[in-house]
Amino acid sequence: MTVTPQGLYCVPGGFHVDPWRPVDRALITHAHGDHARGGSRHYLGARAGKGLLHRRLGADATIDTLDYGERLSINGVTISFHPAGHVLGSAQLRVEHGGETWVVSGDYKRAPDPTCAPFEVVPCHTFITEATFGLPIFRWDATEQVAEDILRWWDANRALGRAAVLFCYALGKAQRLLAELAKRTDRTVFVHGALHALVDVYRDAGVHMLPTRLVSEVEKGTSFAGALVLAPPSASGSTWMRRFGDYETGFASGWMRVRGNRRRRGFDRGFVLSDHADWPDLLRTVKDTQAERVLVTHGYTEPLAHYLREQGVDAAPLATPFEGEAED
Amino acid sequence: MRRLADLYEALDQTTSTNAKVEALARYFQEAPPEDAAWALYFLTGQKLKRLIPTKLLVGWTQELTGIPGWLFEEVYASVGDLAEVIALLLDARERPARTEELPLSAWLEQRLLPLRQLDAAGQRAQVLSWWHAMPRRELFLLNKMLTGELRVGVSSTLVVRAVAQVAGLPAPSVAHRLMGTWTPSPTFFRQLVSQDVSDGDSSRPYPFYLASPLEQPPGDLGDRAEWLVEWKWDGIRGQLIRREGSVHLWSRGEELITERFPEIADASAALPEGTVLDGEVLAYADGTPLPFALLQRRIGRQKLTPKVLAEAPAAFIAYDVLELGGEDLRSQPLRERRAKLEALLKDVPRLPVSPVVQAATWEDLATARGEARARNVEGFMLKRLESPYLTGRKRGDWWKWKIDPFTVDAVLLYAHPGHGRRSSLYTDYTFAVWNGTELQPVTKAYSGLTDAEIGRLDRWIRAHTREKYGPVRSVEPEQVFELHFEGIQSSPRHKSGVALRFPRIARWRTDKKPRDADTLDSLKELLHASG
Ligand SMILES: [Zn+2]
Ligand SMILES: [Zn+2]
Repeated sequence: MTVTPQGLYCVPGGFHVDPWRPVDRALITHAHGDHARGGSRHYLGARAGKGLLHRRLGADATIDTLDYGERLSINGVTISFHPAGHVLGSAQLRVEHGGETWVVSGDYKRAPDPTCAPFEVVPCHTFITEATFGLPIFRWDATEQVAEDILRWWDANRALGRAAVLFCYALGKAQRLLAELAKRTDRTVFVHGALHALVDVYRDAGVHMLPTRLVSEVEKGTSFAGALVLAPPSASGSTWMRRFGDYETGFASGWMRVRGNRRRRGFDRGFVLSDHADWPDLLRTVKDTQAERVLVTHGYTEPLAHYLREQGVDAAPLATPFEGEAED
Repeated sequence: MRRLADLYEALDQTTSTNAKVEALARYFQEAPPEDAAWALYFLTGQKLKRLIPTKLLVGWTQELTGIPGWLFEEVYASVGDLAEVIALLLDARERPARTEELPLSAWLEQRLLPLRQLDAAGQRAQVLSWWHAMPRRELFLLNKMLTGELRVGVSSTLVVRAVAQVAGLPAPSVAHRLMGTWTPSPTFFRQLVSQDVSDGDSSRPYPFYLASPLEQPPGDLGDRAEWLVEWKWDGIRGQLIRREGSVHLWSRGEELITERFPEIADASAALPEGTVLDGEVLAYADGTPLPFALLQRRIGRQKLTPKVLAEAPAAFIAYDVLELGGEDLRSQPLRERRAKLEALLKDVPRLPVSPVVQAATWEDLATARGEARARNVEGFMLKRLESPYLTGRKRGDWWKWKIDPFTVDAVLLYAHPGHGRRSSLYTDYTFAVWNGTELQPVTKAYSGLTDAEIGRLDRWIRAHTREKYGPVRSVEPEQVFELHFEGIQSSPRHKSGVALRFPRIARWRTDKKPRDADTLDSLKELLHASG
């Protein structure tokens, strides 16, 4: 595998993985914007992600899918998709050719998530890992703990007759929050338009979540006192927020682990919840795959590769234009 | 300590001032006086001297976590706050949820302050045992105290309001009692909230009244005749106190600076007992103020040699009289205070009264504004003649009307990661202007962009990096910014030969190309205008 101007490329197989420019044949790990880009001729992804890929790439994009673990031979290269635990339908791509096995992780996490299949360890020779949170300060608390904190925050605002506006990544985090909260309450949550259609895709996939209402469909003059509202971070500070009257804001993101990140953006509360692996899980995963060689992409590539080398792993950063997911 | 951590968290988690005052009041209501006194110490911005060298704290953290030095650096560059970095790195998941609780005052008096008597090995044993047992929130605060950086992001006005609310006292009395130096003891806190008003420390200044920047046209202020207009002097705002046979000069930062300005102290001996003046310390000769740079040179000196004193003689330009014959005049109208001030300082050398700007109409005043720069002033002060002397920054009666800033168009050359609140983004920048065919760095600036712009620029910087020097990146010289600044001085310490005062970013000039940026020569021309 090599990096071309279009993206990561498998030479004998003649296909690209998550290309950032249009190509003939694109294998896609998941539907986030920095991985699934429009304009390619043929797409191939995991079946569980088909709905989201069509939303991202358009209804008329040519998208073939495989079940997790189902093998396909492309020009003598055997490929298969395996759960990455990142968002609905997210996959790691396994590529085997001439006795050599590569795994491209895409984005992944090891923490449990009721909205998608859990991460599967896929042994390989070369592992291409992400490093969005590749610094030792990033460690996640248990999801139950964070969900409890969010519910308590909602309740506290409810008691004061205030709305609680929680910003989160529209694809993945929002639905995970709705699913985690559904274990604890059955109250309706208001959602921003950017999340709404994606929530529907998750419902179609059979994910159990709290009932939702689209904010823009609510009658004019309705009070949002006591409501929980989910919205993408881009809505923060916009005129769209005015309708909520008295409200507090929160942001659910791995970046909220660092106090300065929250303070700088002026959110009242930060909830540390990420769909990416934290530092201990990055190290654990590298070990689990038993890879002889590790290539690091996405985010803190240099520090993670450097640290792995010091631990005796043959590791190097893999230059891509991915900057990691700023909102996650 | 847990109670302080709760307070810190509550203040940190809201942007509403009312919620902040509420949290503070709850704290002062519940905490015992010995703890409240220490909390107040930190809340009013006072700091302990660093208890343990940073190098040791970093070393112990690395030892406990196995994080190599380069990685610690990397993390620090991303977080920007040492106490937080250590707390985050030590935050292994099996940390105890509930631990032994010790009151804040006991932490400080029995544990932290005695650290100074221990050698490095003794300090290590103590700190490691605490690190082992504390939850993350408390650990962060402990580290802040160890590094001498504990600051709580809350204005002293809110602290005063909360204490006043709890004590049932007027806010100005609380503010007054908090001025000057005090030690955090239960006795101090009890006096602070006591109803007895006969307390007194003869060196204690009054809280300063601060002007707000004028944002509307001055004509909106109404009748010109109701306003006193003075030049806005560019020096050190101060309060001069003559009581019980001594003289005390306080800066607005609540620092005693009497010994820095012996000529002012000497001149004040002529004042009657029980006098307090509000004014500005300036470098001043032959009845004229000198540039701020001269005064700055004097502040920087360790020793005041006769040469320094002769080069930058100082004076105290008086704005107001707050106390006369031991009587608090602050509730009287400015018109009356001003008359008393003029009578009092008639013929007292080194203590001139700030002259009144004579301009009959607001239009005339706008014209006079043009003179400001030549006079080494920053603009005008507009004060309502009927106004009492208030506390803090209360809008309405006192305004500062600044002259327009200098501007320069400069090219972004280097980006530095932010610290604290702005960690993990590139928020500090070095800018350059043309020197012949070369771009010469002239200044750093970091404020002035919106969060959205910072985000956009941060992405641009990452995508257009030329080289990395540690945390600093050099970028393609493509982006032009309009910078505003208040003055310019020649400076042999800077390679460009000039130093800008208060530079900040006015706007991102996406309409301009690097070749449109200003030249070093055009900047140097401003040296004369700026004085
Ligand atoms: Zn992703
Ligand atoms: Zn990604």
